Amino acid sequence: MAIDPQHWQPTASIHNLRKRAAIMAQIRSFFADREVLEVEMPLMSQCAVSDPFLDTIETLYADYVGSESYPLYLQTSPEYAMKRLLAAGSGAIFHLGKAFRNGESGSRRHNPEFTMLEWYRPGMDDQQLMDEIADLITPILKLDSVERLSYTQVFKRVLNIDPHTAPLQTLVAETRKHVDIELEDDERDTWLNLLMSHVIEPKLADLGAVFVYDYPASQAALAQIKADAQGQQVAARFELFVNGIELANGYHELTDAQEQKQRLLKDQQTREQMGLPQRPLEMRLVSALEAGIPDCAGVALGVDRLVMLALGVDSIQDVIAFPIERA
Amino acid sequence: MANYSTNQFKNGLKVMIDGDPCNMVDVEMVKPGKGQAFTRVKLKNLMTGRTWERTFKSGDSVEGADVMDTDMEYLYNDGEMWHFMDPATYEQVAADANAVGDSHKWLKEQDSCMITLFNDNPISVTPPNFVELEVTETDPGLKGDTAQGGSKPATLQTGAVVRVPLFINQGDVLKIDTRTGEYVSRA
Repeated sequence: MAIDPQHWQPTASIHNLRKRAAIMAQIRSFFADREVLEVEMPLMSQCAVSDPFLDTIETLYADYVGSESYPLYLQTSPEYAMKRLLAAGSGAIFHLGKAFRNGESGSRRHNPEFTMLEWYRPGMDDQQLMDEIADLITPILKLDSVERLSYTQVFKRVLNIDPHTAPLQTLVAETRKHVDIELEDDERDTWLNLLMSHVIEPKLADLGAVFVYDYPASQAALAQIKADAQGQQVAARFELFVNGIELANGYHELTDAQEQKQRLLKDQQTREQMGLPQRPLEMRLVSALEAGIPDCAGVALGVDRLVMLALGVDSIQDVIAFPIERA
Repeated sequence: MANYSTNQFKNGLKVMIDGDPCNMVDVEMVKPGKGQAFTRVKLKNLMTGRTWERTFKSGDSVEGADVMDTDMEYLYNDGEMWHFMDPATYEQVAADANAVGDSHKWLKEQDSCMITLFNDNPISVTPPNFVELEVTETDPGLKGDTAQGGSKPATLQTGAVVRVPLFINQGDVLKIDTRTGEYVSRA
């Protein structure tokens, strides 16, 4: 990346930055009213996220200047640390701060350093948390309501395909109808993700604000697996799309320590197979779940995108003073 | 040519796709909430002009295309080929009808054009945004009719036909916007 001495100005107007600050204040007062505690989590950790499709930014730390340095990892989400707090008896908590993702730039919706709102609600499930998210965003985005469709419903509506039962070759053939890509892959999720991001998400724009819930069990991440009304195994995970932009991702959280450990180890195995860096796994999360974490739902919401939508601008650079190109 | 990986993709990068040189018009990262990232690229095939979208998996790479834009002076048309000269090196190239396309309507001898070369062969010709061309044929001008109201066709020295105001006469030299093909003013 080149540094242009002429590029000293912010990319976002001062007007937009004032609106942004007002939204941040609105978020804090929403949680204060509901007695959700604001917490600050470490941005640097000795452990990194396990998800093979997220890359952590590594930084070097020395215990004293001149001594040998060792890596610390900039957090991609405060999730692990917040769950350790929940297990320690914090009750409902929220975190409003920076998260970092390597390689996520070069887009109108991504900046590698971004602002994430993440919160956890003991005693709630994914559907109840969706109610609360709707309460938070409807006044900010001046929405009337937020629709809810299951992952199965959106696939049936847009493509007339059942994403859980359609054979792999149907998913591949359907993708090739819409997407020009040279790709051989036996993972159903790869093709489901292509259909979701290339075909369905643009169509969701017509619906305004919509929660998509009950993802395939194979895309559970840190969500519980449950049976839906049809008896299909699904992940108690949801995503919120507004005008086709992915705004939030939430779960009815996994509380089973053994299952959590298995998922971390499986991610590490996938990383190895894909030739990705092996980084220390957060086993303190497993210990926290062993000690006991309340049944809860949690969600992460991209605040920069929320501000974009509230201001009606189509580029993240319009709401961040100094995005990576000027940072 | 070098290979370019998805993280090096950017607008204006010229690459080989299915044997043809293509220009990246728009590059967007597509990242599902969970799962692998893709790069969606709007490509323009420089041979056919076709524009479409192709998606690449993160880490995929494509071969660069030896494509170069260079300013050249238009010399003449020999009935089949259009000949251009590099004013610095005096080197000449000949472009066929395929490469010249609709631009032939705006080519006047000694005007400077942008020639796109692929492996040193011209594949497209872009005329200057504005050209000055003489009217060779049009209905007689109406005296005093210099305000708005009406237009008529006029044939220019290159054979192009444009709509012009009624007061324009044969022999007038007109300024034309080649991007729209529209009359701008008298030169």
